[in-house]
Amino acid sequence: MANKNDKSRRKFLQSLGLAGASAVAGSALLLQGCSESNTASGNKVKVLTADNKLVEVDVAHLKPGDKIQDLKYLQKRGREGIPGKKFVMVVDLAKCKNARKCMKACQSAHQLKPEMHHLNVLEMEDPVRDTSYWMPKTCQHCDNPPCVSVCPVDATFKRQDGIVLIDNERCIGCRFCVAACPYSARTFNWTEPKNSEKFAEVTYDMELNVPQKKGTVTKCAFSADQVREGKLPYCVSACPNGVYYFGDQNEDLVTNGTTKKTVRLSQLLDDNAAYTLMPELGTKPSVYYLPPRESEE
Amino acid sequence: MNETITKEHLTEEQIDQDLLKNVNWGGKSKVWLSFLTISLIICLYYYYQQLQNGLGVTGLHDYVSWGIYISNFVFFVATSLIGMLISSVLGLMNVSWVKPLARIAELVAVAFAMVAGLIIITDMGRPDRLLNVFIHGRVQSPIVWDIAVVVTYVAISTLLLYIPMLPDIALCRDKLKDVPKWQQKMYKILALGWSGNAKQFKIMNNYTRILLILIIPIALSIHTVTSWLFAMTLRSGWDSPIFGPYFVSGAFVAGCAAVIIAMYFFQKNYKLKDYITVDHFDRMGRLLVLVALVYVYFNINEIIVPGYKANTADAKHVHEMLYGHESLMFWLVQLGGLVIPFLLILFKPMRKPLPLMLISIVILAGAWFKRVLIVVPTQLAPYYPIQNEPEHWTSYSPTVPEIAITAASFILVLLIMTVLAKLFPVIPIWEVKEELNHNKK
Repeated sequence: MANKNDKSRRKFLQSLGLAGASAVAGSALLLQGCSESNTASGNKVKVLTADNKLVEVDVAHLKPGDKIQDLKYLQKRGREGIPGKKFVMVVDLAKCKNARKCMKACQSAHQLKPEMHHLNVLEMEDPVRDTSYWMPKTCQHCDNPPCVSVCPVDATFKRQDGIVLIDNERCIGCRFCVAACPYSARTFNWTEPKNSEKFAEVTYDMELNVPQKKGTVTKCAFSADQVREGKLPYCVSACPNGVYYFGDQNEDLVTNGTTKKTVRLSQLLDDNAAYTLMPELGTKPSVYYLPPRESEE
Repeated sequence: MNETITKEHLTEEQIDQDLLKNVNWGGKSKVWLSFLTISLIICLYYYYQQLQNGLGVTGLHDYVSWGIYISNFVFFVATSLIGMLISSVLGLMNVSWVKPLARIAELVAVAFAMVAGLIIITDMGRPDRLLNVFIHGRVQSPIVWDIAVVVTYVAISTLLLYIPMLPDIALCRDKLKDVPKWQQKMYKILALGWSGNAKQFKIMNNYTRILLILIIPIALSIHTVTSWLFAMTLRSGWDSPIFGPYFVSGAFVAGCAAVIIAMYFFQKNYKLKDYITVDHFDRMGRLLVLVALVYVYFNINEIIVPGYKANTADAKHVHEMLYGHESLMFWLVQLGGLVIPFLLILFKPMRKPLPLMLISIVILAGAWFKRVLIVVPTQLAPYYPIQNEPEHWTSYSPTVPEIAITAASFILVLLIMTVLAKLFPVIPIWEVKEELNHNKK
């Protein structure tokens, strides 16, 4: 299927006689289902092809929104990440009421069985005040990730935009990363994944890590597929209580998933005495927590 | 000079006859080999099940994702280290009483190291992607180091078994006329045209010496790197800088016990009383006491230092061991599998072949469970609580397929050792004769 697309694309480009040679990433509009139709609208747009060429095509020839089906392209895109970005998450523990909408959205997006968590809302003891609070725990997308160091085959890796992903086309299932992660953030497909027959034909996209594969590790991806399209992660937008902020550290801006309000990251962290989980381990997490406090309401 | 080898009454012909007679496929060995093969096939059926249905057929889960397969792997690597201690360290120090035992130690080393490599494959979620380790291998990963050193160790141990055996293979080639044709051919090829002249002996001795020296750092590496699979993580209970020497010292305990058990059965079945003597058992027993003492010392360090510091995660782990969740197994293993046995061996009657062999079985079993204690409890005490998971994810108990696949590894070791001991003499004949001539002078 990929080959057919390649050919038709090449033919089409030749007939247009357009071929730029510049490596620019970004647009999620991909020159996928373009047809051989000759009717042109006259409106031209620049798009990026699978082999990293910037070409100008007529909008009538584009079918925007079609997800690309070429595994090779998806693998390359997934490993490279989005240039110039450094994604971070802020979790406001004071707001979490254990609604678990985040967990549900996460499990359904990533095709996870009920016992598998990329995101787990834990009940934590507060030894000082002798109370407990709810703590959503995702992959911390560490800047010094112990899981990545120990992987023998480079199946799990850290991208330029800070996201730690796993390639389940390469994972050998040794589970060294599971053992190495101090946050217990990873989960394993011990048996045939959920809906594996239904998803058998779907091309694997490591940014979504679907379809899941038996015998491989899976983990929180910061919803890299959503982020690529400029959207907020599944968990962040599913939260009804305004717990999650997500954004780009380089821009110093994060957006709340519930209120959609964008705030300055550095100020949010400073004002609320933000912390990271077990900083003494030197893992340098990309997930910040705002401490639980008496409810503001 | 040496009371261990009291063979003045033996002639060279008698030695040849005694030591070559186990090289045959007699009725008893056929029964034993068929028994092993059938058991292996039954166990392999469970591995087939695991391949079909995934690692879900085991008791493993997201919190204890390394279970008895990995414990067993550590145990096998540990046991294989004995080849290095006996033939290399003691051999290079000219400790002559170990000479007749060197080949048995190498058999143990080769069999356990080979099978250790296979055990790792049974723990993989995607064994079909094994080649990825070679295609995409990353030097940062301790698994890659481990594979590199285990493969090297198997190769050098095999050479160390083979090269000093050349004169004996030539003897088999010349003397064994009633073995199958393929076997005669095999001896002919493997003997490399050995004729026993002084030049050949010189070359062989040089090569053996190089290998004996090489094997020391490599053997230390395999077990140190195996310990690093744990020590390189940030988990309390694993995150320990003494894990390397701790594992190596434990390895010699398991290995000594394994060699004593092998000695006992070879002596009984092959009627080698004149070659593996009561005195050999006595000395192996003393060696076992020595290595057990070193291991006890490391155990004390491993427990007392973190245990003294209250309130750290490491201390919590130690307290779990001493009087918490894991205490029953902990004390059974430490007292029953290590301290009491080595105290018993201090008494001379306990170093007689039969009692020593029985004690060694207890020590070997203790050593196996000790590996489980190193691997599993740490994972059951993660930094963040185990919540929103099925009930059984807060503990770990291996399933029938998991136990069967583990049993298969032991059966395979016995199979490899039996076949090798049926193809080649288990006592180095030429060295026994050399010793005899030396003593006569």
